[in-house]
Amino acid sequence: MFLINCPYCGERDQQEFKAGGEAHIERPKQPTELSDDEWAEYLFMRKNIKGVQFERWNHAHGCRKWFNMVRDTSNDEIKAIYKMGEKPPAQ
Amino acid sequence: MTKNLRVKSSEYIDETNRISFKFNGKTYHGFKGDTLASALLANDVHLVGRSFKYHRPRGIMTSGSEEPNAIIQINPCTNRTEPNVRATEVEIYEGLEASSQNCWPSVEFDIGGINNFLSPFFPAGFYYKTFMWPASFWEKYEFFIRHSAGLGKSPTSSDPDIYDHRNVHCDVLVVGAGISGILAAKNAAKNNFRTLLVDEKNELGGSTIYENNEFNKIDNKTPSEWLKKEIEELKGIKNLEIKTRTSVAAYHQYNYLLARENLTDHLEAKYKTNKIRQRLLKIRAKKVILATGALERPLIFNNNDRPGIMLSSAIKKYSEFYGVACGNKNVFFTNNDSAYESALSLYNKGINVEAIIDIREQSESKIVKKIKETGIKIYWSHSIVDTAGYKRLNSVSIMKLSNDGTSVTGSKISISCDCLGVAGGWSPAVHLYTQSGSKLKFDEEKKVFLPNQNTSEQISVGSCGGDFKIDEIIKNLNHKLKDNLNIKETNLDNIKVETDQENSKRNIWLLPSDKPLGKTKPFVDYQNDATAKDIKLALREGFRSIEHVKRYTTTGMGTDQGKLGNMHALGIIADTAGVKMGELGTTTFRPPYTPLTFGTIVGRNVGKFFDIFRRTPMNDWHVENKAEFENVGQWKRAWYYPINGETMHQAVQRESKAARESAGILDASTLGKIDIQGSDASEFLNRVYTNAWSKLAIGKCRYGLMLNEDGMVYDDGVTTRLGENHYIMTTTTGGAANVLGKLEDYLQTEWPELDVYLTSVTDHYATASLCGPNSKKILKKIISDLDLSDENFPHMSFKEANIGSIQCRIMRISFTGEHSYEINVQASYGKDLWKKCMEAGQEFNITPYGTETMHLLRAEKGFIIVGQDTDGTMTPIDLQMDWIVSKKKYDFIGKRSLYRSDTMREDRKQLVGLLTDDPNIVLEEGAQIVSELNQSPVEMLGHVTSSYFSPNLNKSIALAVVRGGKDMMGKKLFVPMENKNINVTVANPVFYDQTNERLNAQL
Ligand SMILES: [Zn+2]
Repeated sequence: MFLINCPYCGERDQQEFKAGGEAHIERPKQPTELSDDEWAEYLFMRKNIKGVQFERWNHAHGCRKWFNMVRDTSNDEIKAIYKMGEKPPAQ
Repeated sequence: MTKNLRVKSSEYIDETNRISFKFNGKTYHGFKGDTLASALLANDVHLVGRSFKYHRPRGIMTSGSEEPNAIIQINPCTNRTEPNVRATEVEIYEGLEASSQNCWPSVEFDIGGINNFLSPFFPAGFYYKTFMWPASFWEKYEFFIRHSAGLGKSPTSSDPDIYDHRNVHCDVLVVGAGISGILAAKNAAKNNFRTLLVDEKNELGGSTIYENNEFNKIDNKTPSEWLKKEIEELKGIKNLEIKTRTSVAAYHQYNYLLARENLTDHLEAKYKTNKIRQRLLKIRAKKVILATGALERPLIFNNNDRPGIMLSSAIKKYSEFYGVACGNKNVFFTNNDSAYESALSLYNKGINVEAIIDIREQSESKIVKKIKETGIKIYWSHSIVDTAGYKRLNSVSIMKLSNDGTSVTGSKISISCDCLGVAGGWSPAVHLYTQSGSKLKFDEEKKVFLPNQNTSEQISVGSCGGDFKIDEIIKNLNHKLKDNLNIKETNLDNIKVETDQENSKRNIWLLPSDKPLGKTKPFVDYQNDATAKDIKLALREGFRSIEHVKRYTTTGMGTDQGKLGNMHALGIIADTAGVKMGELGTTTFRPPYTPLTFGTIVGRNVGKFFDIFRRTPMNDWHVENKAEFENVGQWKRAWYYPINGETMHQAVQRESKAARESAGILDASTLGKIDIQGSDASEFLNRVYTNAWSKLAIGKCRYGLMLNEDGMVYDDGVTTRLGENHYIMTTTTGGAANVLGKLEDYLQTEWPELDVYLTSVTDHYATASLCGPNSKKILKKIISDLDLSDENFPHMSFKEANIGSIQCRIMRISFTGEHSYEINVQASYGKDLWKKCMEAGQEFNITPYGTETMHLLRAEKGFIIVGQDTDGTMTPIDLQMDWIVSKKKYDFIGKRSLYRSDTMREDRKQLVGLLTDDPNIVLEEGAQIVSELNQSPVEMLGHVTSSYFSPNLNKSIALAVVRGGKDMMGKKLFVPMENKNINVTVANPVFYDQTNERLNAQL
């Protein structure tokens, strides 16, 4: 059970949060210009890494804000948390 | 005849407080402070159970939670009965009843014991291999196996006890209150860390508290004396909370631990009532100090499982702590000095020790010399090759061990005995450590797994950290505390420790016998009856991974998770396969460390509190009027209102007719409502719905369909424009929370530039939906000053009005195809609104209807229900709802997916109507649809999604999804059922009033 440091509320128990899949997948601004393959890439293709992964999380039972998390999936170490729209940390 | 083996008064046993209890129907006596195991041993009862597979007689083996054999049923035939309890952990109380498990008809005469003689037929993987046989063969075994299977009995009536959950936060959690745990907790608390110390036992002090060995001294006192003083000083330390009878079950990531606090299990029945029995502590600790100690290992030799064969350390604890001799003629079998400490303890109490059999060649430690002085015979370089005694050990046979330890030589000596203490060294209790995700490393010299790579703020101190000698323990504990807690001084800095303890040990995982392995029974896992032979067989059959060998042989898969024998299993595999143990790895220790009751896991969430449920403001009226309810998400919704003993079908037929013929009323309060405001609200709706919203006039309503980005229908509902920048959206009852979440997601992550605010107002409004040709007249009676003419208040529009002094929002919208209104008031007025409608409607025979009639009426009109007629694979085109998909809008959620090659396939499943050729046959929802009956394999075209008998059409109607159904109008298809094939015809899904005459009728 993680202890997650919501960037708006502070440290809270994992059960207040909802995981939202891979982060930094931007919805295409002009979907109609895309081929089926390009659209499918956005729609379906997600990474499932053993190691450092960028994820979206939502403080669903709290402030309801979405934010980003960098997590090592091999040991669940949370390496960084940052707000939506912010750049991921360099390392 | 019961014997008394109580040898000497112990300060932990209150001999003035005599307690009687029953075991297997027979009454025994013990004292306050006894465990069931110590009390039975004091009565010379060793035989307490039968093993799982071979039904071999088994006795008490340990004195703690690692017990594999003494697994019993507590208070059988009562509603407090509990199976799979370890007798070593049960504190006795007046009136306690317990019985053996896994024996039938009794522990003394057990029919399954025959398996012991059939054991050549029960090799590793027996069950897997047996299941390969014809299934019919298995059924023959079933009765027999079920009767003799040893899993205990669950209670048949509900649990009378209360269970609780509590969140606990602390700076330092110390697990285990042996010498290391106590010193760690004391120093942490004294340095202003909020500290919690927990221990599974009822007394603090671990094994040191009864350590009276004259060769170990702390500040010139025996460890026992010294520790008692330390414990005394714990009282009154600020910041320190101590919980005994509290066992940590699980250690999760981020220092989140679950512990079970046992509050009443040790009390007499009359003191249990109305008290919390067990409490689950959900602990979040900044730092965790594991001081869980070490478990003594047995030795693996032929017939090492007879009642009377115990861990050497357990014999010492029974003697020192409980004042009980486990036998009159004791023998020890060891590979290290520990057995000598136990032997000395017995000797000092005048209990007879016959001999010590040591597989080492020699030891020169002080304690060994002391034993030599006592005259107890020591057999160096000897091993036990067999034991005898069916229900109780009566002798052991020993032989000289070869230099390499793989065989025995010379002549066999038989030693008569009734109790054998085995000492195979110590394994650090690293179970919780590994649960936390931290990694172990095998120490090839000490032959133990040690903590190596921590993943959270934690340290392992004392013997669970690999320190077994008292001087090492104190020295390393001091370093670790200073490092980890960042403190400068501790009360350990100036402690003087004297010890003679040595780590001398000769490790042989599997001891040889004079008989070949195939003819012996060296048990590795006592509870699951796995022998060294089984493990070797698994290796011969090609299993290599330790996880596979474990599952194939069931080693370590009992309720004790193989706490005693896992190391030996690994050792035997490593030796046989010729690899180092460190390379082999270890199996995973999974929570819980010891089994938890279901009560503890669920806590207060039982009965009414099992799940949250929501009720509408009109709920009381529905209850008073005998509605039947159905669960929709968390909501309790009125399902139908039977009168005069009507069946559901009769009630629904009546309600459905009345709603169309005169007037009906539905409680629609559960529909999700989201208030949307902001200067970009219209643009936002344009992006989330498939149709266009910019041109919707203020005061008008519009139906909207929401897709997922994959183009599949996600939710639907009517949204009303209340003002220039203000809308109220309704969602399906079950979808409300998800829709809000999805809208928030897009607003926060994809379109943060939009000025839009979302508020869930589902609970703020109560909604009555009034429908039918007389609905207008009824509404007129309630609200006299509102012009209800079609010109002023047309279909799909909105008005604000007052009912008396109550403000309300009225939408003229319809889910039934009838003229109808949805009246919304502040939730607290919901019941008043409902009663007013009923009163006003009385002259029109207004009929309350529930969700079932709502479903039937909308099906007559071919309106879909998202989640019933759709399943996450239906596009609006599949639903034949092309009309709602804007061609003009550049983009909306899911638009691009509507012209992916897959979503444009002609042969997708499409929503159609189905009419049965026999109008009286109602199809089953979920029934499959085919076009050919004599095909093999038959091709499934689709399935029925909604099906009712329509009282208004006087025939059966159904909605279905059918592959390519759009172009099948009028086609004959079949619905094959178990006993018959039903002929159906594809039809227009709008069955009733296809031209909407009723909706537009002048009333
Ligand atoms: Zn938050």
